[in-house]
Amino acid sequence: MIQIFAAVLRRELRLAATAKTEWLMPLFFYVIVVTLFGLGATPNDPKLAEFAPAILWVGALLAALLTLERLFRADFEDGTLEQIFLGTQPVTLVVAAKLLAHWLLTGLPLALLAAPLSSALGFSSAAIPALVAGLALGTPVLTLIGGFASALTVGLPRAGVLLPLLVLPLVTPVVIFGAGAARVAQSGLDGAAPLYFLAAILVLGLTLLPWATAAALRNAFE
Amino acid sequence: MWTWFHRLASPPTFYRLADRFAPWFGIAATGLLAYGIVGGLFFAPADYQQSDAFRIIYIHVPAAALSLSIYMLMASAALVAVIWRIKLAECVLVSAAPIGASFTALALVTGMLWGKPMWGAYWVWDARLTSELILLFLYAGVIGLNQAIEDPRAAARACGLLALIGVINVPIVHYSVEWWNSLHQGSTILKMGKPSMNADMAQPLYACLLGVYFFMGYVLLRRTQNELLLRERGTAWVKERLESSNV
Repeated sequence: MIQIFAAVLRRELRLAATAKTEWLMPLFFYVIVVTLFGLGATPNDPKLAEFAPAILWVGALLAALLTLERLFRADFEDGTLEQIFLGTQPVTLVVAAKLLAHWLLTGLPLALLAAPLSSALGFSSAAIPALVAGLALGTPVLTLIGGFASALTVGLPRAGVLLPLLVLPLVTPVVIFGAGAARVAQSGLDGAAPLYFLAAILVLGLTLLPWATAAALRNAFE
Repeated sequence: MWTWFHRLASPPTFYRLADRFAPWFGIAATGLLAYGIVGGLFFAPADYQQSDAFRIIYIHVPAAALSLSIYMLMASAALVAVIWRIKLAECVLVSAAPIGASFTALALVTGMLWGKPMWGAYWVWDARLTSELILLFLYAGVIGLNQAIEDPRAAARACGLLALIGVINVPIVHYSVEWWNSLHQGSTILKMGKPSMNADMAQPLYACLLGVYFFMGYVLLRRTQNELLLRERGTAWVKERLESSNV
């Protein structure tokens, strides 16, 4: 079991190493989106710091959305996915490994990138741990929900427009708790409670969504 | 009991049963809604605080109740469709989504029209309003997904999975936005004990509530029948039906 998981994970990371632009682009996109918010406001506007949690969270969400369409597409097109279904190993395990690789390549960098970006928006540096912790707990949920949605739309020609419609309503609690934790921490209070909620949502997602994703992928083949 | 269940789930039997029940549902809906709306809009006494503006309750509350009920119904159909792969459940699932979306939109619009004179704003970022809006997006996702996938059976199952994940998400969304912010008044009619509403006001409301459920039953039966005909157009029973009705 662990061997299969590790093998799939290694394969995904090796593939990513050969196509660096694919996972570096969302990070650039994130930087550009946040910069544009800064440019859209009056120079050095102190209000920007108030909106920083929302800007950083929505930016991360949009950047993560960009990568979702590719999550299963390549494997679907070249037949790898079909081979996975023909094999004896549990599909859920393979799906979980792919999702973990996706989070390591997009979610985690986005969460870390939020720290320098937040100071560009004038976000108080004391609250940065809460912001990054929130993103570190929230981005895996985005990956899980996004993986499920991209499995539902795998093989569809217009998946790009449909994906945001499927993903965004499902991730509203994550945005509320994640940006909420950053906001609470910024006002000098303890942001632990929303972070616990985020962790609870993550645990729920981990126990449900890999199975649902595998079922959705199987459905695409029948 | 199981044989009865299986017989009911077969398309021709369901089609016949729906034909028998749908007119009655339609009649009941027309009667109840006529009584409820006329009684509510013309005869019920005006509210001491909101005067005549409260009358939107006769549309708003039934629509809001249905928006949630239909989601539950859709999710139950989804569960049956995903686990037992019953064709009828798939039809019910995809037929229910547009009805639910319409009632959600109606609840939102009537709520906004009421909110302007009462709260002073069409839209506030309140818990109930926000979760209703997100419910509308969830319906839109199901409808969009169903239209995007060509094969109707694969489309229905994909929608089923989405509806099931959505139904788990609905309470999380609800509580997250509730702790985030709430301004909406509490429920008036579903309180334990004595309802905090005059009987003259309440009776038309109950009639409207019951009426929209019958209306939903009518529309859902007819839509499901259409969906069945469309999917089973190659089969013998559909041809027989067409010949016997001389279309």
